[in-house]
Amino acid sequence: MSNYILRHDETNCIGCQACEIHCKTNKDLGPGPAPCKIVAVGPDLVAGKPRLHFVFLPCFHCEDAWCVKACPTGAMQRRDKDGIVFVQSSLCVGCKSCIASCPWGAPQWDPATRKVVKCDYCKDRLDAGLQPACVTKCVTGCLSFGVANELPDPRRERYARQVVAETTNASGA
Amino acid sequence: MSSVQAPNARGVGSPGRRTVYSLCSMCTARCPIQVEVVDGRVAWIQGNASDPAIGASLCARGSSGLPFEYDDERPQTPMIRTGARGAGQWRRASWDEALDYIAGKLREVIAEFGPRGIALSDRAGLFTDLTKSFMQALGSPNYVDHDVSCGQNAHNAARSIYGVGRTGVGFDLKNAKHVVLYGRNIIESFHVREAKAFMAAVAGGLRYTYIDPRVSVTAAKAHRYWQTRPNSDYALNLGIIHEVLRTEVYDKEFVEKFCTGLDVLREAVRDTTPEWQEQHTGIPAAELRAFVKEIAAAAPNVIFHPGWMVARHKQSFYVSRTALILNALFGSVEVKGGIILAKSPEDVGQKSLKKLVDRSPKVKEPRVDGAGTTFPACDPAAGLLHQMFAAIETRQPYGIGAYFAYRHDPLTGMPDPEALQRVLDKLKLLVAIDVRYSETTWFADVILPESTYLERANILAQVNGPKPGFSMRDQAIAPRFDSRPAWWIFREILRRLDKGEALDFETIEELWDYQLEGTGVTVAQMREKGSVSLAKAPFIQSRDKLKFKTPSGKIEFESEVLKKAGIPSLAPYQPVTVPTGENFFLLFGRAAMLSHGQSLNTPVLQDIAPEQTLWIHPERAKSLGIADGSEVEIDGGGRYHAWMKARVTPLIHPDAVFMLHGYGGTVPLATRACGYGVADQRLQNGKLFEFDPVGGGNAMTEAVVRVRPKTVKGAAK
Repeated sequence: MSNYILRHDETNCIGCQACEIHCKTNKDLGPGPAPCKIVAVGPDLVAGKPRLHFVFLPCFHCEDAWCVKACPTGAMQRRDKDGIVFVQSSLCVGCKSCIASCPWGAPQWDPATRKVVKCDYCKDRLDAGLQPACVTKCVTGCLSFGVANELPDPRRERYARQVVAETTNASGA
Repeated sequence: MSSVQAPNARGVGSPGRRTVYSLCSMCTARCPIQVEVVDGRVAWIQGNASDPAIGASLCARGSSGLPFEYDDERPQTPMIRTGARGAGQWRRASWDEALDYIAGKLREVIAEFGPRGIALSDRAGLFTDLTKSFMQALGSPNYVDHDVSCGQNAHNAARSIYGVGRTGVGFDLKNAKHVVLYGRNIIESFHVREAKAFMAAVAGGLRYTYIDPRVSVTAAKAHRYWQTRPNSDYALNLGIIHEVLRTEVYDKEFVEKFCTGLDVLREAVRDTTPEWQEQHTGIPAAELRAFVKEIAAAAPNVIFHPGWMVARHKQSFYVSRTALILNALFGSVEVKGGIILAKSPEDVGQKSLKKLVDRSPKVKEPRVDGAGTTFPACDPAAGLLHQMFAAIETRQPYGIGAYFAYRHDPLTGMPDPEALQRVLDKLKLLVAIDVRYSETTWFADVILPESTYLERANILAQVNGPKPGFSMRDQAIAPRFDSRPAWWIFREILRRLDKGEALDFETIEELWDYQLEGTGVTVAQMREKGSVSLAKAPFIQSRDKLKFKTPSGKIEFESEVLKKAGIPSLAPYQPVTVPTGENFFLLFGRAAMLSHGQSLNTPVLQDIAPEQTLWIHPERAKSLGIADGSEVEIDGGGRYHAWMKARVTPLIHPDAVFMLHGYGGTVPLATRACGYGVADQRLQNGKLFEFDPVGGGNAMTEAVVRVRPKTVKGAAK
């Protein structure tokens, strides 16, 4: 894995897919490729209550990435300084080996350039001291990005708040 | 190219990198944005980070402003129709030619109908001082907004209780403990600041109840979801109020001090017990009682949302009205965590923008649509669009010969466009001013291309609220095509009719200077961050000074205006006639990346828009032999038939089917939207002139459609 974590706090997500468009417009992509994707599961009735889940799927930036190994031209690379996996477009011949090899379908085919495009955590933005496009403009702030273990996890904090609230309510009842 | 050019705003087109603060226009929420421009090209759009309520956040539509800008599928020059209306035969025209043509036709209309025979509609909001000025300068009272197909019932309900319109009622979501939403799909059909505040509040412990015959994203995340029978929500509220009064959990001190008409309210809900409402709505009486208890415990930090899109049924006005009454019963008015009434600059000791409309004499002619007279509860400042359309057809009380649809697409937004086309075809002149090819532009006589929101500046906007202030849409880049900003277009038409004084400004900066006169705010200050706030903190009126803008100065459970007109403030509930067999109520809604009919031709949005399906309940589907994923035929009784895939799911009430709105475009030049999906409004057969007789909103969810399995040609019967 890269040094970073791109975290999705599903509880706070409204599934609006804005992240997908923030990403695409930043990478100047037209219809088709989706370097990050919100997949909605549901809505369904669970014990008579409607429930809906959103799964956020960018690239996981694997430590030992299938796509890098599969690439015959060296276009798919892992950045030494922080482990970001990215495509160097000028070396891509459009063979789609990386697309075939990735267990999660992260690399995307861009019909406009006839090459592969993928999530690179907006490394140009990171290098300029900014956050990835999807995180920067997320509607609810359910996406967060940073060096792994350095970010407070909203799920832990919420769980802690809930535990305290339940204890307080129980003692008050 | 035309000899007349509109001047760009200062700084536009200069080399290098600059940040322009502006307002989005990819829907009508008009969120504050900042636009990064590099060498005259838009490089990045995000929320205006200097506004903490939005930060950098933006929705999918907002970000798609960039590909929208650099897409060529939009009107690029003025166009004049050469074939029959709607036939799609056009010739390009210069601005001079198109404007001269319009002025000539307007002179003919004025000669035949008088100036009052000209009407204009837009989508209301922050910039109507311009369109209203244009109409007033022409001498016509017939400025109308789009709101009969949206929030009109809630708007007029708020006026009848609090003396202010819909946008005058704000919500302190942050401090609320419980919010009740009647189909207000607040995190799916959303604007960014509100959705962001709502989810932050939920993370902080806010609970909410969501009421809707269909499960939306908001329903799926709700703490309590009630699947009510379609169009029965007024019965639900009468039941809730009955229980609130019976158990005496309301804020007696607040009601005593600030409200009138409690006796009328008591009488209206005398027999509407929780058991009574159950037979109409399907919500168990016991659940309603538990709900009232929970709300009472959270009061006064509770919000009953009066709704946004409430053009639903003929008692929608009373749904909004009773929701707003519930706020008052729980004392959740002008308190933290409740509803907070908007403040004008004057309320906080400052001055409002100087109005453009005051540059022309007031028009004394009566409105053509009867808003405020024939329909006493209806706001004459908003009008009644369907009644203006009716007048085109009937010439009663007088005729309308010319109509401007400004950034408004009634052939998508209003029910039964076939009927509306027949009406519009009686006009002498139909002008569409827009940034895209809408269904209405395609039916027009003249299309005037407005510059996009990134290519134009608008008049300054005054935003009243807990913190009143001014906002600006500044111009980021030069127009890519032969388009013009609206202020210039309206000025040029007026000049050709010798009425130019009303908008006699050479540049937008000159116009802004006029608006800002006496406010102490300068254009330079506005440009610093795109807005200026006139109050340091949200202003909540103290209880001892609390007064309302109603005739009585109080919150009117019984409205004096309605009473005088002989209209009940709380009408008896009209039970719903349940459609059976192959018949269903047709419900519609939105997906988060779509704004009505205006998004589907935007390249990246069309790409991620969900496939339209027809939601149908398993029990009803089974009896009709409809399987999940199978094709069904839908018709609304008119000429239009549609076929689509069924989604068999208990997430829709058995009495209704549901589909997404905004699909089924017919304009060939909008290639991505054309022919894509089904147009629900075309299935709302005969509903153009069906509306809530008090609040004025169209009764769209009363439309009934017939659903059958698709028959295969040649198959054995």
